[in-house]
Parts: sequence; structure tokens; C-alpha cells
Amino acid sequence: MTLDALTFLFVGGSFVLYIGIAIWARAGSTKEFYVAGGGVPPIANGMATAADWMSAASFISLAGIVSFVGRDASAYLMGWTGGYVLLAMLLAPYLRKFGKFTVPDFIGDRYYSNTARTIAVVCTIIISFTYVAGQMRGVGIVFSRYLHVDINTGVIIGMAIVFFYAVLGGMKGITYTQVAQYCVLILAFMVPAIFLSLQVTGHILPQTALGATLDGGQSVLATLDQLSVELGFAQYTAGSKTTIDLFFMTFALMAGTAGLPHVIVRFFTVPRVKDARASAGWALIFIAILYTSVPGVAGFGRVNLIQTVNGTEETAASGVANTGVKYTEIPEWFARWENTGLIKWEDKNNDGVVFYSKTDENELTVNRDIMVLANPEIAQLPNWVIALVAAGAVAAALSTAAGLLLVISTSISHDLMKKTLKPDLTEKEELLYARGAAVVAILVAGYFGVNPPGFVAQVVALAFGLAASSVFPAILMGIFSKRMNTAGAVAGMVAGIAVTMAYIVYFKFLGGTSDQWIMGISPEGFGTVGMILNFIVAKVVSSMTAEPPAEIQQIVEDIRIPRGAGEASSH
Amino acid sequence: MSLSNENAQAYWSENLRIITTYLTIWFVVSYGCGVLFVDALDQIQFFGFPLGFWFAQQGSIFTFVGLIWAYVFSMNKLDEKYDVHE
Repeated sequence: MTLDALTFLFVGGSFVLYIGIAIWARAGSTKEFYVAGGGVPPIANGMATAADWMSAASFISLAGIVSFVGRDASAYLMGWTGGYVLLAMLLAPYLRKFGKFTVPDFIGDRYYSNTARTIAVVCTIIISFTYVAGQMRGVGIVFSRYLHVDINTGVIIGMAIVFFYAVLGGMKGITYTQVAQYCVLILAFMVPAIFLSLQVTGHILPQTALGATLDGGQSVLATLDQLSVELGFAQYTAGSKTTIDLFFMTFALMAGTAGLPHVIVRFFTVPRVKDARASAGWALIFIAILYTSVPGVAGFGRVNLIQTVNGTEETAASGVANTGVKYTEIPEWFARWENTGLIKWEDKNNDGVVFYSKTDENELTVNRDIMVLANPEIAQLPNWVIALVAAGAVAAALSTAAGLLLVISTSISHDLMKKTLKPDLTEKEELLYARGAAVVAILVAGYFGVNPPGFVAQVVALAFGLAASSVFPAILMGIFSKRMNTAGAVAGMVAGIAVTMAYIVYFKFLGGTSDQWIMGISPEGFGTVGMILNFIVAKVVSSMTAEPPAEIQQIVEDIRIPRGAGEASSH
Repeated sequence: MSLSNENAQAYWSENLRIITTYLTIWFVVSYGCGVLFVDALDQIQFFGFPLGFWFAQQGSIFTFVGLIWAYVFSMNKLDEKYDVHE
């Protein structure tokens, strides 16, 4: 079978699977639509959370970032996994005990205030929309690359699929499709990763292979360091970011991860408090399988790229390693990815030899995403693996998009309509609003997918900064401080958001330069400062205002005890 | 089954102690080994990795998984002890 036919078969087959699951898991009540009826087993929830969490960025871009940035990229590796420790120990079990449907539900009820609820709704919607725009675009790009359709057509196909199972199945449909999507995406990532590490080092596991010794007697990392330095790049295993920036950035990504509404809401879907803890454990195992393979894929990919392009003693045009290979002798995959524009070669000195370096002699422009996308071809794997990677990338983008769209529609139908504007809504009307909001959210996301705002690359800082400086501290204080009241929480959130947004907007959109960074902290790391400020302002303001009413303090007591409310304490 | 106020307090403070212990490890491994002391640890070789680099890109993630499961088991035991499990 040709590659195109295989890709159609794999991607099409996965779609049939997702739609089949959606029909089987239709939602009949708001509880099923919002939290899948609250009966999801922890392992399944762990898988769904992992798929929800790992987006097109984790699947396609992360290995590329690590590959080209080296050690400094560990902020992403640690940040996007370490957040689950915070989630498991500080948020998930208590929010599950609280037992409502959404993040604004908790913030609104705990702080007995519709102002607090509305701030949470606005944050949730901004975070989710900035995130989902990139996902829809990702679906379109994968489609156009593998199925040769227009990017916009790809976006529309993606919208149609998500529409089907998100609107029909709500959280119930999404949960079980995400379980299937996790299986597809992890297989699609690991098969080429394992082949690649076998090929380069003879180790099966990419985790240990990165430390393995190559033919020359050097480890992969030492080889990479040597090659990088020879070519004028920074040493791969050394960092160039300042320690303080790396520290703040890692913390902002961790707190941001723990505060992302579409991740938090997954923990509302399990039956018991202990299941919420266990599903965080399962989720991180499933995520770690991919994340701990990433450094290997990144390292081998980089060695392969440099050796293919610059040559070893056998392949280099001059017979000296690392000096360039004749274009006519470069493997086939190079030309194939040149066609897509992900690799560009410009023969500056007209010698017909390709050369890649950090110096003026460099003739190559490489898109980072190639590290995952071209992997199967670099490793000369059969066509079915390439088709599998296409299905995996689509699964990663769709599962995250669906989770985000559901959070947006829930915020509108439940938090805004039912809880704020129209409290007399019946269950059936609310469900109708939820489905309607999902439709609108998909259309808006699709619009951003077709007309991507120029700032998609910048939204990581925005979404994580916002989550770290508003949602995360507000929930944390709501659980761990009985004394925290409306005024404190609202003032804290407003201060945190304002400072973080101002910093990010100034440096990302208004042309601020890195020498103006306060204490050398990059916009990606400033969410940590916003979070600290949120804590301080909330503490000061709450200590100057009246303590929360007794029934609110009772709620806090209750959520701290796993067993059902009402049995918990005797005041 | 009712839980007295004192028991609830005792349960909560044991819970806080467990969280504090695990989060200290979380902090030392990721921010300590992976960020603050990464250059010093890089002087040590560990199965072909500079140790600091290994912590920053792999070791910390393995530790996170271990920590969450340790927490799950500690809390399940604590819930039984205070009879607050579901």
C-alpha cells in the first residue's frame, strides 16, 4: 500500500473509533455532560487526563525544543510534569470532595461571591481559548502535511469530528475518546522512538539510550556536546539561561499546569477522593512514558541531523568529519522535507555541499518540529509507522481541543448562565445551553484555526502565566486557609492577573527587550511573581477584613475530610 | 460514623505533615538538583549522563511519579487510621 493510502486508513480508522465511542457514550444529563456522571475508573481517568494534557505541542514540538535548546528546555520537562505533584497533593482530592462541576464553581462557592466566580470564568475562557487556537491549527497542519489537503480543510475536518463527540457526548464522550486517543498517541510516539534508539545505540529504551556509548567510545551526550561546540552552538548539556530565570520559569509552568481548568476538571469525574489521588498518579505515569522518552528522541535526532548533513569521516565531501556532505549524497528524507519547507538549504558558497552550523557559513534553516515528524523517515522505518505518527499527532491535538472546548462550554452554560444570570434554568435547558455553547466554542476555535492570530507561539506564556497567577493560588488558599475571604481572594486574583498580564503583554507584544527584564526573569517565568503577589495581597487584604461566615468555614472543614459531607464533623 | 473535632484536626495535621515531607523532596529533586545545583552535579557522571542534566531531564520526572504514588499509599493508610475512607 502507498503511504497516502496507509495514512488515510490509520487516520480514518481512528476517526471511526472516536465517533463510535461518542455514539456509545452519549450524555443524557448535565452531570454526564459536565463530569461523565462521576463514575470514571481512576486508570481510565489517568489515560484521559494524559491525552487531555498532551497536546500537539507535547507530541510534535517538545522533542524539537529540547533538541535545539538542550539543557535549558528542562524547564518544560520538569514544569509540565512536576505540576501534577502539586495537583495530586494540594488540589485534586479536595476539589473532588467539594463535588461540583467546574473551577469557577469552587471559587464562586468557596468565596461566596459572584465577582470571584466571574473572574474565574473569564480566566478559564481566556486560558482555554488561547490554548485551543493552537490545537485547531495543529490539526490543520498535520492534515495538510500527511493527507495533502489544504490547511483550512484540515481545520474544518477536525472541527467536524470534535463537534460530533464533544457536543453529543459531553464529558462522557470526551473521556472515553480520550482513552482511545491516548493509546493511539503513545503508540505513535514510542514506536519510532524505540526504533530510533535501537538504531543509534542498540538500547531498547530511549530513557537509558541517551547515556549509552556510541561506536566511537563516547556517550551520545558527549558526542552531542562535541559536535555542538565544533559547530559554534552552545554545549548541549550546559545551560545558557540564568539560574533565577530557569527557577521562576519552571515554577510558573508547574503552578500553571496545576491551575489549568481543563486538567482540574478531569478530577471531578472519578467516584471517590482516593480515586482522584490515584488518577493523578496514573496520569503522570502515562505522561512520563512520553516525557522521559523525549530527551532521547531529541538527542538522537540532533546527532542524526548533524551527522547526515555535515557528515562523518566516511560521508563528508572532504573526508573530514563534520565539514559538510554533498547535496547529491544526502539521504532521501532530506529532500522530502525540503518540499514541505521544514528544512531549507541555501548553497551560499555554491560548492554543492550542505553545511550546518551556528556560524556565518551555515546554509541550513531547520524547523524544530522536524525532530518528531521526520523521525520515522530518518530511521528508515516502514510506511505504516509514518501513518501511525500522523494518526498520533491528530489524536494529540483533537483530545486536547475537545477537553478545552468542553471547559469553555461548561463555563458558559453552568457558571455564567445557571449560576449567575439565570438561576431558574431547568436541567434540560441547561444541557441545551451547554451543547449550544460547545457549538459556538468550536466555531470560534475553528475561526482561530483558519485565521491564526499572530501570537500563537506566545500563548504558552499567557495561558500558564494566567493559570499560575490566578486560578492556582485562589484554589490553594480556598482549601488551606479557613481565614481567606472574598475580599482577599478577589484582590489577590486581580493583583496577580494584572501584574502578570502587564509584564507578558509588554515583553511579548509591545516590544520590550530582555535587558529590561526585572531581576532577569523572562515573561514565561513571571507567572511565579504574579502568584507570589497574589498570595501576599490576599493575605494582607483578608487580615484587614471580616472572616468568612461560619458555613463557609464549615465547607472548608468538610472538603478536608474524604468521607461524605454531613458525616464529617460535630461543631 | 462521626468524626470528632479533635480527630478531624489530628487527621488534617498528619495530612499536612505528609504533604510537607513529599513536597520537600519534590523541591530538592527538581529545583535543587535540576536548577540550583545543576552545574555542580554535572561534574559527576551517571550512566553516561552528567548527573545534574539527568536530574533536570529525567530523574526529576521519575521522582514525581514515585512521589504521587507514595502520597496515594500514605493517604489511603491515613484515611483508614482515622476511619474517614469512603
